[in-house]
Amino acid sequence: MASGRALRALERITIGPATRSQCSPNLYSRCQKRWSTVSQRQGSDRVHFPGAVNSKFTTSLVFSKTTEEDAMPTYRILDQEGIVVDKNAEAPNISEGELLKMYTDMVAVSIMDIIMFDAQRQGRISFYMVSAGEEGIAVGSASSLSHNDPVFAQYREHGVFQWRGYKPADFMAQLFATKDDPGKGRNMPVHYGSRKHNVHSISSPLATQIPQASGAAYAVKLQNQQNPTDEQRVVACYFGEGAASEGDFHAALNIAATRACPVLFICRNNGYAISTPTLEQYRGDGIASRGVGYGIDTIRVDGNDILAVREVTRQARQRALSDPNRPILIEAMSYRVSHHSTSDDSFAYRQKVEVEDWKRRDNPITRLRKYMENQGIWNEAKEKDLRSEARKSILEAYRKAEKEKHPPLAAMMEDVYEELTEEQVDQMRRMRGVIERYPDEYDVSGYEGGLDGLIRREK
Amino acid sequence: MLRPALRRAGGRVNTTLRPCRSYASHPPKARLNVPTDYSSTPLLYHSAKSALANTELPKEARNGTTNRINLFQAVNAALAHALRSDQRVLLFGEDVAFGGVFRCSMGLATEFGESRVFNTPLSEQGLVGFAIGAAMEGMRPIAEVQFADYVFPAFDQIVNEAAKCRYRAGHTGETMSCGGMVIRMPTGGVGHGGLYHTQSPESLFTHVPGVRVVIPRSPLQAKGLLLAAIASNDPVIFMEPKILYRAAVEHVPAEPYTLPLSRSEILKQGSDVTIISYGTPLYNCQTAIEAAEKNFKCSIELIDLRTVFPWDRRTIMESVRKTGRCMVVHESMVNAGIGAEVAATIQEHCFLRLEAPVLRVAGWTTHAGLAYEKFNIPDATRIYDSIRNLLNY
Repeated sequence: MASGRALRALERITIGPATRSQCSPNLYSRCQKRWSTVSQRQGSDRVHFPGAVNSKFTTSLVFSKTTEEDAMPTYRILDQEGIVVDKNAEAPNISEGELLKMYTDMVAVSIMDIIMFDAQRQGRISFYMVSAGEEGIAVGSASSLSHNDPVFAQYREHGVFQWRGYKPADFMAQLFATKDDPGKGRNMPVHYGSRKHNVHSISSPLATQIPQASGAAYAVKLQNQQNPTDEQRVVACYFGEGAASEGDFHAALNIAATRACPVLFICRNNGYAISTPTLEQYRGDGIASRGVGYGIDTIRVDGNDILAVREVTRQARQRALSDPNRPILIEAMSYRVSHHSTSDDSFAYRQKVEVEDWKRRDNPITRLRKYMENQGIWNEAKEKDLRSEARKSILEAYRKAEKEKHPPLAAMMEDVYEELTEEQVDQMRRMRGVIERYPDEYDVSGYEGGLDGLIRREK
Repeated sequence: MLRPALRRAGGRVNTTLRPCRSYASHPPKARLNVPTDYSSTPLLYHSAKSALANTELPKEARNGTTNRINLFQAVNAALAHALRSDQRVLLFGEDVAFGGVFRCSMGLATEFGESRVFNTPLSEQGLVGFAIGAAMEGMRPIAEVQFADYVFPAFDQIVNEAAKCRYRAGHTGETMSCGGMVIRMPTGGVGHGGLYHTQSPESLFTHVPGVRVVIPRSPLQAKGLLLAAIASNDPVIFMEPKILYRAAVEHVPAEPYTLPLSRSEILKQGSDVTIISYGTPLYNCQTAIEAAEKNFKCSIELIDLRTVFPWDRRTIMESVRKTGRCMVVHESMVNAGIGAEVAATIQEHCFLRLEAPVLRVAGWTTHAGLAYEKFNIPDATRIYDSIRNLLNY
C-alpha cells in the first residue's frame, strides 16, 4: 500500500474538497469486506475457502466425471415430421405471419446459397460459405431478438441478416464488393455487417467476437440502466463449436459471468470444424456442459427445430435481462450439410451418404414446412411460387451487382485512422504516379471514378 | 503469470533491507553512467512558472495552477478527469479496483463506482476483447494490461480486431469502430524486471496500421497525452515507462488539457547532431548530451517522439536536414525497432544532407536477462560514444 503521504497527495489531485471526507476512510473497503466475510467456521459441514464458499465436506473419495448418460438434454417442440411432441403442451404461440416469414427467410437464404455457391464455382465471386442445415438456428434465434439488439456473428448466420431486413441487393453488394457495400469492398465475401441492422462486421479470426460481445453487452447494460424507460437490450453472439475451443471463448464467458453481462452466447454445434469432427474438438458434453462451469445458465436445443430455437432464445433473452443481468449459453445442435466453404471438399473427410442422410431425414426447412402443411397454411403450389420468386429476386440483384463498380481507390487507404496520415497521403500520391507511368499495367476501370478516385477526400 | 510488485522502482527502497551487493548502484568512478537526477534534469518542469509557460498547453491550463506530482499521479489525475467528464469512460483491468499494482487507479473505484472502475478476470485477450466490444457499442473504455510483457495474449484482439474495426466497417465505421478505446500498459526496464517485467514491445504495434502508439516521458506529458488518447477516435496503445512512475516528479497543470498526438517535441535546440528518442532513454540522452557538448564543443538537438506511430516525420526531417547527423535511441531491441523505421525514412528523405550514417543506439539482440540489464539498455555512455562517432565520421 502506498504511504499516507502519497495518498494525501493523490487526493489533492483526484478528489474535490466536497467528496474528500467520504472517500478517504473507506478506500479499500470492498476488498476488506470480502476477506472478513469468508472464514472457516468451527465445526461447519462446509468449506468456506474464498475460492469455494459453500462446498460440502465429504469423506468418500470420488472423482467427478461426465458420462454419456448425463448428457444435457436437447429441447425440442417439433419432431422430424413437424408434429408437436408434447401432446399436453399448448400449441406454439406464434402468428401465421411470423411462421411464414420464418419459413420464407430460411428458403430465401438456402436458395441464395445454391446460386452463390455456383457463382463462386464459375469464378464470379472469390469465395462463399453456405449455411445449409443451419438456417433454423439463425432465423429462429433472430426472430426472438429485438432489431436493436446488437449482434456479433461468426460467418454462417445469413439467416440473421435476412430476418433483420437484408435484401438480395444488400447481400450482393458485399459479395461482389461494390460501391454499395457498407464495408467498402474491403472484406472477403460473406463478411457482412451493418449499423442499420445492428450487426457488427464479421471478421475472419474465429471467436474474437465472443469477448467483444461480452464488452458490448456490458455497454448495453449501462445504457439500459441510464435509460430505464427505453427498450432494454441484450447482445447476441454466434459461433461454432470449433471456435469454442479458442481461448477467447473461455475469456468471454468468464468475463461475461463476472460482470453480469446481458449477452446470449449462441453456439452452432454442427459436428464439424472444417474437417475436424467434434470427437477431436472436445471430450466433454459438447459446449453446453461448459456454461455451467462458468456459472452461466445454459440450455441445449434442437437446431433443426426452429420453433424450439425461437422459444429458447425468447426465454433466454428475458432471463438475460432479469435482475441481476446475466449471460446465457445456448447450444443449438445441427449438422453442417454443406462443405465448409467453396475452398473445401468435405467428401475428403466424410461420407457422402452421411450428408445425404441428413439432407433427406432432417433439416430445419422441411421440418417447418411439414408443420405448416399440418396446420393447413402451406402447400405445394405456394412452395413453388415462393421458390421461383426468391430465385428471381436473387438473380436480379446478382446481375445488377455484377455490373457495379468497386468503391473509389481511395477507399483502400481511408478509415485506417479517422483521418488519413501524412504518410498515407504521400503514398497515395506515389501510387498514383506509378499507375500514371505504367497505365497498361493496371486496370482502374472497375473502380468508381477510375484513377481520379485515388485522391484525398476531405471529410 | 508471476506478478511481483515492482512498486519500489525508482527509489523508496527500504535501506535496512538493502543487500550488500548493491546491484542498483553505479561504478565508483563513473561520470557518464550515473543515476539520473530527476530533481534537476532539464527534461522536467521544476517550477510552476516553467510548466505553465509550455506553449502547447491551452490557455485555461496556462492560467491555472500546478501540482508537483509524479507520473503515476499524473496518470491518475488524467483518468479521474476522463471518468468525471464523460459517463462513457470505463476503467478496468487486473487489480485496478483497489488502486492498481502501480497505484495509477487509486481512489477511482470509490469515487466513480464499481460499475465504471472494476477488476476483470485474469485474461488479457478477454479484457482487451471486452474493451473493443464496449467501444463498438459507444463507450470509451480504458483497459489496463498489468505489464506490457503480458500484452501478447491480446495481440490477436489488438492487431486483427481493434486496429481493423473502423476499416472493415467502412461507411459505418464512425459508429462501429472502437475509437475512444485506450490500452494502457506499464513498459520498459526498472533495473530488476528480468524477462517479463522489462520489455518494450512498441515496435510490434507500430507495424499495425490502425492503432496509435504513445509513450510519454514525464508526468506533464502523461496527463496531456493520456487525455488526448482517450479523446482520440482511434484505438491507442498507451505505454507508461514504469521506472518513471515514482521517479519523475514535476509541476503539472491542475486543469485538464490535451497534448497533440503524432507530434514530436523538440526538447533542446542544436545544430550538429539530432538525437531522436522517447520515454525513459531521453534522460540518458540528456546526460550524454551534457557531457558531449562540454567535451566535444558541439551543439546537439534532442527530440522526443512521444507518439511512435503514426510519428511526426516532418519535425524529424527538418531537424536532420539542419544538423546532417542523427541517431535514434530506444530500449527495445535494435532489429526492426522504432529506430529502423525512423532511420530508413531519414535516409530516404534527407540523403543529400546526411554527413554520417544514421545510428541506432538500442537494446542488443537478446532478452532482458535479469543480471545484465545495465549492459543491455542504452545508457549515457553508449549514447555519448555514438555522438563521438557521429562527429568524427
